[in-house]
Amino acid sequence: MTIGVRWGNLCMSVFDIFLQQLVNGLVLGSFYALVALGYTMIYGVVKLLNFAHGDVYMVGGFVGFLVLSVVAPMVGPGWTGVAVSMVVAMIAVGCLGVVIQRVAYQPMLNAPRLSILITALAVSLVLQNGVLTLTHGQYQPMGADLGFGGVNLGLLFISYNQMILVGTAAALMIALELFVSRTQYGRAMRAISIDKDMCRLMGINVTAVIAVTFFIGSALAAAAGTMAGAYYGSVWYFMGFLIGIKAFTAAVIGGIGSIPGAMLGGLILGLLESFGTQIPGIGSEWKDVFSFAVLILVLVLKPTGLLGKSEQERM
Amino acid sequence: MSMTLPLLELRGVNLSFAGNTVLDNVDFSVGRDVIVSLIGPNGAGKTSLFNCITGFYKPQSGSIKVDGHELMGLKPHKVTQAGIARTFQNVRLFQQMTVLENVMSGSHCRSRAGAISAILGLPSQRREEAAIRAHAIECLEFVGIADEMDRDATNLAYGHQRRVEIARALATRPKLLLLDEPAAGLNAGEKQDLLNLIGRIRDELAISVLLIEHDTGMVMKISERISVLDHGVIIAEGAPKEIQANPKVIEAYLGQDDGEDLL
Amino acid sequence: MAQPRSNAFNNIIAQFDEPWKRYAAFAVIVALLLIAPISLGPYATVILTNALLYVVLALGLNVVVGYAGLLDLGYAAFFAVGAYTVGILTHTFGLDFWLTLPFAVGAAMIAGVIIGTPTLRLRSDYLAIVTLGFGEIVRFSARNMEITGGASGISGIQQPWLFGWHINTPFEFYYVFVVLAIIAVIVSVRLQHSRLGRAWLYVRHDEDAAEAMGIDTVRVKLAAYVIGAIFGSISGAFFAVNLGAISPESFSFQQSVLILMAVILGGMGKIPGVILGAFIVVLAPELLRDLGEYRLLLFAVGLLLIMLFRPSGIWPVRGK
Repeated sequence: MTIGVRWGNLCMSVFDIFLQQLVNGLVLGSFYALVALGYTMIYGVVKLLNFAHGDVYMVGGFVGFLVLSVVAPMVGPGWTGVAVSMVVAMIAVGCLGVVIQRVAYQPMLNAPRLSILITALAVSLVLQNGVLTLTHGQYQPMGADLGFGGVNLGLLFISYNQMILVGTAAALMIALELFVSRTQYGRAMRAISIDKDMCRLMGINVTAVIAVTFFIGSALAAAAGTMAGAYYGSVWYFMGFLIGIKAFTAAVIGGIGSIPGAMLGGLILGLLESFGTQIPGIGSEWKDVFSFAVLILVLVLKPTGLLGKSEQERM
Repeated sequence: MSMTLPLLELRGVNLSFAGNTVLDNVDFSVGRDVIVSLIGPNGAGKTSLFNCITGFYKPQSGSIKVDGHELMGLKPHKVTQAGIARTFQNVRLFQQMTVLENVMSGSHCRSRAGAISAILGLPSQRREEAAIRAHAIECLEFVGIADEMDRDATNLAYGHQRRVEIARALATRPKLLLLDEPAAGLNAGEKQDLLNLIGRIRDELAISVLLIEHDTGMVMKISERISVLDHGVIIAEGAPKEIQANPKVIEAYLGQDDGEDLL
Repeated sequence: MAQPRSNAFNNIIAQFDEPWKRYAAFAVIVALLLIAPISLGPYATVILTNALLYVVLALGLNVVVGYAGLLDLGYAAFFAVGAYTVGILTHTFGLDFWLTLPFAVGAAMIAGVIIGTPTLRLRSDYLAIVTLGFGEIVRFSARNMEITGGASGISGIQQPWLFGWHINTPFEFYYVFVVLAIIAVIVSVRLQHSRLGRAWLYVRHDEDAAEAMGIDTVRVKLAAYVIGAIFGSISGAFFAVNLGAISPESFSFQQSVLILMAVILGGMGKIPGVILGAFIVVLAPELLRDLGEYRLLLFAVGLLLIMLFRPSGIWPVRGK
């Protein structure tokens, strides 16, 4: 009998860990998906791997941090304050995205690929080291007070914060999907990703659509940055580096250029990571190595990703 | 090597992009020491056929043989090593490099010195470098622009850039040369020079030439055989006179604005 | 593009168009390097040694980025492979430094082939991110493994003997790095003017046209990647014995970026430009001491401005 009970307990605890990791993976995956969307959208319209995207996320976290420190005395440091900060950060960083595109990428439109990539890297370094200089490389405590409440579902505890986070991410993604499928700009965005020159001939204002794309992509990253700051408690200048690479991995897993792919890829990577660290021998210190290994494997084995179109490259 | 075997032979080549048929069961061949032209309306699939032969596109099915060796599935550089050289429709010279350096690229696949012999400066490497250079100059002399060899290739007059491209292709020591609209953008005098050059490539170098060309007057003058491609299908094949009189060809061309070109 | 500019710097460079003048300039620079420590003192000698290390690293990365046009964001990984191979083999296994050098080169070659073979056929931006990932994997592994000494790294690495001469003072190491830098320059020049060197440029300018000329582009790119890896590994080997201690943080992403900056600031693909870039990256923070934290920001802004206004780098383009 006792053996049966122990076995039962073991099963329960394994199942428990499984569910808990599922929730963790979803939270992580939401962040990855939001950032991955920016990569994929920008890649779709300008065929540029925006290395600076992770740092745009970081700047989003900092703008959210600044706004929260201003509005917290008025509306409190809870989710209301974070929501206000997030919206302001999305608008401000969306504009930053447009400025980056105009100043750094627009002039390079016809430059060799290597030059464009290095320019994107330079933008990333300017943002990173700009914030490093301003904050002296210190972590800045976000000062959000989100409480510890949650729902106990027997085996599983889900905090309200996790629900709000995943819910917000889902809402943003649904809004994006509606924008892309229902509005003129959204349709133009998809058309440009297929054939830019043809769009110009058909009278689509390509420049404006590119600007809108950078705005939305950057705003989504800023939303993720603010939420990450509030959820994990602090922001710092280097927080965009790892998530930048991981979100790129997510975009590649889903198929770069595909919006549903970025969402799917984000969730898959989030789950892979939270379950991967449970495998004996892959402790949390190997977590990041695990993500990089996934990235390299996906790029080598299936560079078009799960939902990306594979087509013969035309000359 | 049997001389009855055609130099290049395509059998049942099918190519499609995302479900759209580009080449439909194409049979096609090029003999030895001949000039063959491939003509057809815009978008008929001529350049796609070139890209299949040279390994840039992967046809879904069929067979492409040079001297009896299967080329299907080979990467472009292997095709070039097997003896097929090409030029591009929109001239693609290596920028910021001299004319001579551009032409020396053709010798790469016929030479072997690697990093170690270059770092050590071995005599064999020096000899090979000299030979590559000499051969490139020979090719430039053949096309008649050796005096411009030290200039930046992309600063040359357009007609001369086309010649650099031909010299570069010749430097790979091909058996068959594929020219994609070599006369595009040339004036009447330059076209005549080009005609002479293509004739000399066959006569003096014993290299077969396969030509895509829109200037039908030029095609009629120079080709021994002509194949007509329309909507991915070879609709006619024969000597220039036969092609001119073929009703199917006339019909295919009449569908186009420049239909009267042929008549 | 490539318009000759008429400024004083260009005119000076133009004086060195003839080969004998270039050899003379090279000889003068080498002579200056040989007497520099005597007149500058120990501190400056250590800084100059570091600059020479960056010259070798930057010339190695220049083969990958400048010649073959491949953006490698994880070059420090090969630097780490060399340093750790020497560190582990001399310290843990007690091998002689010179015996470990071939292992360092071999390890870098193997790493280069393993990473390069599957990825060099990918799009160039994918390659950049894969190399970045590889760089981080190497650093994380060095930090998490026992044999590499974890986060604190390996210390007490023996300084080498050469024919009875114990190389152990900063001055002696300075001359070792002078020799390394000269070898790196000669190797770079010879590669640039070889069949392989031209092939890199063809591939960089137009990959399709290069394929059409019968060049195996993947193989040529792999050669560049592996040769770059060897440069990095040898630098790492001498870096390890010079400092006597290595730790994972010497091989971070920032390190890779700094080497890349040296290549781009001076001028990708131009040997004197790359050397100039390496000296700028090392000497600027020393000369502008007060900058402190602004150092990296300044480099980043400089890099952006260079890309926007003078993508060919500081060193002038030779007019035709």
